[in-house]
Amino acid sequence: MSEQLNVPTMEQMMAEGKNPEYLFWVGSAGAFDDRAKKITKAFVKLLNKANVDFAVLGTEESDSGDAAKRAGNEFLFQMQAVTNIEVMNMYEVKKIITTDPHDYNTIKNEYPGLGGNYEVFHHTEFLSQLISQGKLKVKESEFKGKKVTFHDPCYLGRANEVFEAPRDLIQTLGVDFKEMKRNQRHSLCCGAGGAQMFKEPEKGDKDINVLRTEDALETDPKVIITACPFCNTMMTDGVKAKEKEAEIDVMDIAELIANTQE
Amino acid sequence: MEYIPNILFAIVLILGIGYFVKNVKKLSRNIKLGKDLDVSDNKPQRWKNMAYIALGQSKMVKRPIAGLLHIIVYVGFVIINIEVLEIILDGLFGTHRIGLKVLPTSVYGFLIGSFEILAALVFVTVVIFWLRRNVIKLKRFLSAEMKGWPKNDGNFILYFEMVLMTLFLVMNATDTTFQSLDSGNVISQFISPLFSGLSEGTLHIIERAAWWLHIVGILVFLNYLYFSKHLHILLAFPNTYYGKLTPKGQFPNNPTVTKEVQLMMDPNADPFATPAEDENAAEPEKFGASDVQDLSWLNLLNAYTCTECGRCTSECPANLTGKKLSPRKIMMDTRDRLEEVGKNIDANGGKFVDDGKQLLGDYITNEELWACTSCNACVEACPVSIDPLNIIMQMRQYLVMEQSAAPMELNNMMTNIENNGAPWPYNQMDRLKWKDE
Repeated sequence: MSEQLNVPTMEQMMAEGKNPEYLFWVGSAGAFDDRAKKITKAFVKLLNKANVDFAVLGTEESDSGDAAKRAGNEFLFQMQAVTNIEVMNMYEVKKIITTDPHDYNTIKNEYPGLGGNYEVFHHTEFLSQLISQGKLKVKESEFKGKKVTFHDPCYLGRANEVFEAPRDLIQTLGVDFKEMKRNQRHSLCCGAGGAQMFKEPEKGDKDINVLRTEDALETDPKVIITACPFCNTMMTDGVKAKEKEAEIDVMDIAELIANTQE
Repeated sequence: MEYIPNILFAIVLILGIGYFVKNVKKLSRNIKLGKDLDVSDNKPQRWKNMAYIALGQSKMVKRPIAGLLHIIVYVGFVIINIEVLEIILDGLFGTHRIGLKVLPTSVYGFLIGSFEILAALVFVTVVIFWLRRNVIKLKRFLSAEMKGWPKNDGNFILYFEMVLMTLFLVMNATDTTFQSLDSGNVISQFISPLFSGLSEGTLHIIERAAWWLHIVGILVFLNYLYFSKHLHILLAFPNTYYGKLTPKGQFPNNPTVTKEVQLMMDPNADPFATPAEDENAAEPEKFGASDVQDLSWLNLLNAYTCTECGRCTSECPANLTGKKLSPRKIMMDTRDRLEEVGKNIDANGGKFVDDGKQLLGDYITNEELWACTSCNACVEACPVSIDPLNIIMQMRQYLVMEQSAAPMELNNMMTNIENNGAPWPYNQMDRLKWKDE
């Protein structure tokens, strides 16, 4: 992305005596994973476009602890949570937006019990709000009229019952949206959750991401849309395993919307 | 002499109910072996869940065929059991169809007629259920954990129901007084010709035999429940009442860990202080679960409630891709181990004596636990609000925090988080670099 992104940090804002309305929680994947970084930037582009008053924690952000908790290391999770909560409470954070459903879930549901009470939005919910408030205009997508499908991230959909926001966003793109046979409440996991992202799968007859990619391929899509950096990796690998990477893109909703902006 | 049948009936009834009560007490004792859990919150929502999910079968019908068939058996079971009231009163007082003495013939006929229709429907449905298990061979009834007793158990229940329904209809068909009323014999009138030509005396003997076998069969079935997967007909109600109300993604924060973390983060705590010597001090609490006593009583109630339908397993991504994990097996293992612990306590005068076994390893393997993606598909699929994921997570906690037995890659991931605040080995100071790339 050639254009300059405006990404203030909480520290800078505080030095200027400002308290931004939103904290954009980038998350470990969003900050370090090459594919996820593109999603982070696409989302920031949209935040800038809509003049959202936000800042990031930058180097003061630490891993949310979600993967540690799901791996069974409750101790490490709570240490991470308490550390992050201390920083966020110091900056008097009230509202948080994140592009990672795992961090969304843990900050929204598991941090309150440890002293962190915030209003948390997944970027699909937030973008959907921006559009309905007229703060963000979506133009026709490069994929207008093309078939697309959407993979529900477990921690966004089943875990937190956010099904409508991503679908509403897809509707704005003018694409031909087709549901997979397993969708929403009954969506199939991409295979990354529960810390599986960081380990080899157990012995079996297939990889979960391949099975899920097969679900997606049944809809004959041009784009498989996701709303989670881990799902994105898993589906991208699945598409490669099926040797379809030349025909099918795996993209985050934020990227599709950002691409409609100049 | 004429009171012998009444006395005999009373004895059978007392034995049947008494043994059932004894087992219910054992069941409750076993469930209470689990750790305490506060579920006193949000009572209106809990009653609503019980009404919708258990009473209203709302999640059963997510699979329309199985759901509809199940509703027939469920409604049939509940309504036909009204007839048991009459049977008990007749048995105790030596009357015959006491309902006819207190109700107008038309009302009585309507009731018995409804029971007969339901009995016939239940019979047909149960035959379809049997076919699904034994002829059509639905995949979820064929998993590894369904071999042997669980398979037989499923079939025994179906045979029981076929026999009970048949006995009810035969009892009505051979009851000449009832048939001559010609009210309520909607189904049995078509069965009674099978017995034509038999003498009045023989018919009476068949009718009495069917009557006795029917009530004894019901009592036997009642007592079979405790030894089978079929307890769900009772436990589905408390289980849906106590089911999780928070978002599915919200995993409880382990309070034992919270205490430790608070102590560590407390700037006033003396890090070098030796623990106060207290003879009464409880053993330090274990992190996570390796056996049934470490789980909550709700986990254990879940285990007894499971009727092994396998909807969880049929939606589990790990199981669908050939991994060993089956959420249904997690529940069955928990129940089987709990039963083993319960028997141990009974055999040792009320105290559990270490048997060198535990849920982890002897029943559930590490491989199963590590295959879970925590996606909640099993929790969503369960028609009676069972949460296998909660057990899996508690056992992972034990593996990691008590045994440091995580797979190596996960240990690397966790070390990275500890050292540099990210699951990968990147520098914390580079966390904002993406902005300028």
